[in-house]
Amino acid sequence: MNWEVIGSYLPLFWKAMLLTLRIGWIGIIFAILIGILCAIVRFYKIPVASQIAGVYIELFRNTPLLVQLFFLYFALPRIGIPIRADFCGALGLALLGGAYMAETFRSGLESVAKIQTESALSLGMNKSQVVTHIIFPQAFSVSVPSFVANIIFLLKETSVFSAISLMDLMFTAKDLIGLYYKTTECLTLLVVFYALILIPVSVLGDRLERRVRHAEFGN
Amino acid sequence: MPNLGIEVLFKGSNMARLLGGLWVSLRISLIAVGFSIGLGIPLGIVMTSKSPVIKVITRLYLEVVRIMPQMVLLFLVFFGTTRAFGWNLNAEVASVIVFSFWGCAEMADLVRGAFISIPKHQYESAKALGMNSFLVFSVIILPQTLRRLLPLSINLVTRMIKTTSLVMMIGVVEVLKVGQQIIEANRTSSPNAAFGVYGTVLLLYFIGCWPISMLSKYLEKKWNKS
Repeated sequence: MNWEVIGSYLPLFWKAMLLTLRIGWIGIIFAILIGILCAIVRFYKIPVASQIAGVYIELFRNTPLLVQLFFLYFALPRIGIPIRADFCGALGLALLGGAYMAETFRSGLESVAKIQTESALSLGMNKSQVVTHIIFPQAFSVSVPSFVANIIFLLKETSVFSAISLMDLMFTAKDLIGLYYKTTECLTLLVVFYALILIPVSVLGDRLERRVRHAEFGN
Repeated sequence: MPNLGIEVLFKGSNMARLLGGLWVSLRISLIAVGFSIGLGIPLGIVMTSKSPVIKVITRLYLEVVRIMPQMVLLFLVFFGTTRAFGWNLNAEVASVIVFSFWGCAEMADLVRGAFISIPKHQYESAKALGMNSFLVFSVIILPQTLRRLLPLSINLVTRMIKTTSLVMMIGVVEVLKVGQQIIEANRTSSPNAAFGVYGTVLLLYFIGCWPISMLSKYLEKKWNKS
């Protein structure tokens, strides 16, 4: 292990991590939005939209992100839809994550017992109050564990961005190994930086899970 | 309507090559699934033990697998270990090692979760009925565990099939790589081949994984009722 080499590579990896975080952050935000939208559409069985959401969810849940990115990045320009690499990465992550989040939120919504809605209505709440005060909070607390798992999964999936020539951690490591043959140093930095991204998320996720468990009803 | 470049697939043996590539990915995932189930189930049973040493070690293993992207693990094994130990590792063997390492942890966690989810009164009631521990395990605990385990582990299989697409990044010639080669070879005759080929690869993965996830969903629904 050569510490000087590690020191000189640090800024490169730092830059790469910022790129991963930037695209990952945007992708995850949109994934959550898409997920909420699709979950509501599926849960309330809104005609046509529900079927479209169903096809979208199945398609993206059953194909790997790498292939999706290849399709978005290399195939779409061929039929006249050019797309920038970083935009493509965020879009791919958002679409993949949206499909996973939709299933998470939907099963959360389904887990809220019917009696909850009925009791709220009989207490004189109107429909929107029932949704915002009764259904959503309970659905959210049920879906938190798998929500956290999805976020970690999506952050891990960002490692395939290098395939569409985004200069992320993977790309930087591979590039430096190819150029200077400092394999051990590069791989160590790679592991350290991914741990730097994911350990805080994992710890925060654990704390969030523990916090919302108090909100569960009937335990 | 622009040219979608689908005709490339019917040229020469292109489709057969693509399917051959798919078989390479499937073979890697199937071998890894075999190892994961074979090693993950005993490990999961070991993990239910209360010994603090075993708990710490298995927890560490699970966290490493949970935190590190599979791609990083692939790089570590394929570039890292070969450099550190000076051996020569075939890319396909490296992928099988990584996916087994990863799948084994996931499988063990599922097995542990399934065993823990069985309420204690199930053991106690069976004992109270005069069953010996072998009977308790085989007639009471195992069937209930399997019902919880099977849908989740089928789901794990589809995840492993999907994740094998990463092996292309360490140079295994699988379906995506074959697709790339076909596109490169036909660059002049059909410049739009990328659309047809990558679209087909996407579809092939979908055809492979969708029925399996449907089965998992069906089993989960069916067994949750009872």
